[in-house]
Amino acid sequence: MMSAITSQHDHHVEELESMKVMGFWIFLVTDCLIFGTLFATYAVLVNHIANGPSGKEIFELSGVTWETFILLTSSFTSGLAMLAMHKGNKKQIINWLIVTILLGMSFVGLEVREFAHMVDEGASISTSAFLTAFFTLVGTHGLHVSLGILWMIGLIIQLFQRGLNVKTKRKLTVIGLYWHFLDVVWIFIFTIVYLMGVM
Amino acid sequence: MENHGSLKSYVTGFILSIILTIIPLLLVTNHAFSKGALVAAIITMAVLQFVIQLVFFMHIRESEKPRYNVFALALGIVFVITIVIGSIWIMTFNSVVQ
Amino acid sequence: MWEKIKDFSSGFFVTGEPMIYGADVAIVLVSLAIVYVLTRYKKWGWLWREWLTTVDHKKIGIMYIIAALLMLFRGGVDALLMRTQLALPGLHFLDSNHYNEIFTTHGTIMILFMAMPLMFGLFNIAVPLQIGARDVAYPFLNAVSFWMFFFGALLFNLSFVIGGSPNAGWLSYPPLSEIPYSSGPGQNFYVWGINISGIGSTATGINFLVTILKMRAPGMKLMKMPLFTWSVLASCILIIFSFPVFTATLAMLYIDRFLGGHFFTMTGAGNPMMYINLIWMWGHPEVYIVVLPAFGIFSEVVATFSKKKIFGYKSMVFSLILISVISYFTWAHHFFTMGAGADVNTFFAIATMAIAIPTGVKIFNWLFTMYKGRIEFSQPMLWTIGFIVCFVIGGATGVMLSIAPADYQYHNSYFLIAHFHNTLIGGVVFGYLAGLIYWWPKMFGFKLNDRLGKWAFWFWNIGFYVCFLPQYALGFMGMTRRLYTYGWDRGWASLNFVSTIGAFLMGIGFIFQAVQIIYSIKHGEKDTTGDPWNGRTLEWSIPSPAPHYNFAVVPYAPEQDAWWEMKKKMQDPDYKKEKVELEPIHMPKNTGIPFIMSFFWFIAGFGFTFEWVWMIVVGLIGVAATMFARSFQYDDDYYIPVEEIKETESAMGRVV
Repeated sequence: MMSAITSQHDHHVEELESMKVMGFWIFLVTDCLIFGTLFATYAVLVNHIANGPSGKEIFELSGVTWETFILLTSSFTSGLAMLAMHKGNKKQIINWLIVTILLGMSFVGLEVREFAHMVDEGASISTSAFLTAFFTLVGTHGLHVSLGILWMIGLIIQLFQRGLNVKTKRKLTVIGLYWHFLDVVWIFIFTIVYLMGVM
Repeated sequence: MENHGSLKSYVTGFILSIILTIIPLLLVTNHAFSKGALVAAIITMAVLQFVIQLVFFMHIRESEKPRYNVFALALGIVFVITIVIGSIWIMTFNSVVQ
Repeated sequence: MWEKIKDFSSGFFVTGEPMIYGADVAIVLVSLAIVYVLTRYKKWGWLWREWLTTVDHKKIGIMYIIAALLMLFRGGVDALLMRTQLALPGLHFLDSNHYNEIFTTHGTIMILFMAMPLMFGLFNIAVPLQIGARDVAYPFLNAVSFWMFFFGALLFNLSFVIGGSPNAGWLSYPPLSEIPYSSGPGQNFYVWGINISGIGSTATGINFLVTILKMRAPGMKLMKMPLFTWSVLASCILIIFSFPVFTATLAMLYIDRFLGGHFFTMTGAGNPMMYINLIWMWGHPEVYIVVLPAFGIFSEVVATFSKKKIFGYKSMVFSLILISVISYFTWAHHFFTMGAGADVNTFFAIATMAIAIPTGVKIFNWLFTMYKGRIEFSQPMLWTIGFIVCFVIGGATGVMLSIAPADYQYHNSYFLIAHFHNTLIGGVVFGYLAGLIYWWPKMFGFKLNDRLGKWAFWFWNIGFYVCFLPQYALGFMGMTRRLYTYGWDRGWASLNFVSTIGAFLMGIGFIFQAVQIIYSIKHGEKDTTGDPWNGRTLEWSIPSPAPHYNFAVVPYAPEQDAWWEMKKKMQDPDYKKEKVELEPIHMPKNTGIPFIMSFFWFIAGFGFTFEWVWMIVVGLIGVAATMFARSFQYDDDYYIPVEEIKETESAMGRVV
């Protein structure tokens, strides 16, 4: 009798957890719309450079290329963490998450350096509409990455404290989706902002 | 949560993404085509990389039915395109006026 | 030192306006009274346990509704102030700046802090019960949504006593809303009050979307759901796909103001028109977000009080979907005259005209439902009939406005004001009031008094026409919107005077409603059966007020108008009630985190408004800390034992 109830409880909890993953997909769609709005604004204002520099004059493709491959790799390593989760290997999950975090931190570090350099060169958020749009779009993405790093740290602590259970697995699935989503957004930033910017 | 991947799917996705990043980079830095064709090419590859990552990293093909998340994403993409194209269309009145 | 305090206060607090000093006094007195009552009757613990930490959708719904009705009062007072100023030419009741602040807060409050929360309140009260569910998909997030709304609204409302109201209209167009023309905190109050509240709105959209898709009772297929639930589904889809645009656009305005950005400025190659373009991408879906649930309510009311199945269920669903989709492609009709060009205007004009078609289908279906039905003129039915006449007029003038060349005459005139009030009041307000009266017994266990309610309805209904029909004429006569005064030589005086009378008639209607509520608390007819209207949908199958777990037994509901069909079966002489095994019910625990986290958002928002970086940091760290705390909270649920379910049910006269 007890086992019937507990298995029903478990099934119920599993249903609730899978509903949370669905809800997170919907949240990602709303995040797509935020980025979509920022992209649209960037597209409209990209040539509004006033007295400031254009993209061609300030974008440095080498640093951006590094950022791109680092973020892509981190997306891959977050996937490896998910694989470890399906194998039930807590230690491996944590290791791959740590690698992902380190790559993520490198990405953010490079980006901060890129922004600081631009500001030094006289290209700040208040220089022109183009630059306001640039810093907002790329900066919002960077902010999302930074929050994702903090989130992963919290998750690693929870894995140490509670191990793998239905809830922590759902949390890993969710952060995995989030991290992949950020790389997808970066594909478009890389293409539309930087590649088109230097053409 | 049956959205497993295998190591194979993640590695395939990773390699294809790298390729789809390198090609646009090379095309742009070498001024391979005219501007219009170049833009079309890199955007096509960006969209392709997006789909690759959806399939191989986010396992969108394996979600449980009914596939509400796929539908929501599709609708989201339609609206993002509407926002971007719509804004560009509406806001280019300057060129008409000139 | 004293000088410094005086200097700070004269900038910080709004000074020099007797009405505002009066408001300051009222706020302080009311706050003290609340603190006194809570302390005297030792209710602080009760407040925390039963309301501030609740995750029960029924209680959250009640809190939304209370807040919305308070905001209806404030927005209504704003309207009466404006109409007083405009009653005659050349009055000096309000100066121009004060008038601008009032029309700004009137619009912002009525749409974002009255209509939206009232709507979310009705979502919370009715949807889980209609679909036979015991809760929403994300009870914790539901509480977060409410408290984010509450603290966002609080932030916005503070602006008129602290710092100064925004005064650039309810949509805050740049360049007027940019620093060179609005250097005070008013516009910042606007951005942050709305954006904090808006996070809650987006979250509710996600919550109810998943609830409706995943938590329906067994057997209840999508095409068998009540139409109110369908309308909520459509509205949530609209919320999910439009609110992020609003959030991002207001954030961009704030970046211009706080960081010297040039998105929408006149300098630095900014483009103010882009703001208008983006804001209406949200703004148009927004009006459908609020009107579709009203349509849903009408479908329920018409069927219930005609004792007839709704005519054309499938076309009702299809038209809801069509309206939702098309509404995304009409936004430029709000700025036909801004110079986007003839081809752009043509596209949007046609899309706007097209949306009238599915809307018309709905009107006809309601009429066909009433035809040959056994109509009961209950309060909700009165509001519905009032709506049909009123909204059709508003819709027709909408089609007039959609003709782009003609709009060059109507745009931003009183014709426009009359049109949108026609559809918002006739559609949204009438609908939500009908829904409030309809579901009131389910919330509180008693009905709202009929006589007072019918007086309220007639004052509102007649008052509406007296107020707004003259405004159509004023529009044709050249009166522009947002005018704080006008001359005798215009010939607008008599129509304005009549319009003001109408506004006060509606105000009297509101007073009747306030009295009705107070009277009914004491003398309202008790709802002892749970089904006071002989309803058709599942919410009427459980006691009133609903027990905290909603359904003791999850119903099997494979048919449209599920409860009606169940009642029919129960009247069959061969009907034998099935024996059911009760099971413990899984419930979420109360938690203080939504309240506390939203409070920290309030702190951050206040900091952002006054650009006090230390406060921003404190607020945001608080937000992060509470989110972390929540992430680490694993013990968030419990089970109601079977004995407790049996006790609760029998206390309400039910045998399980």
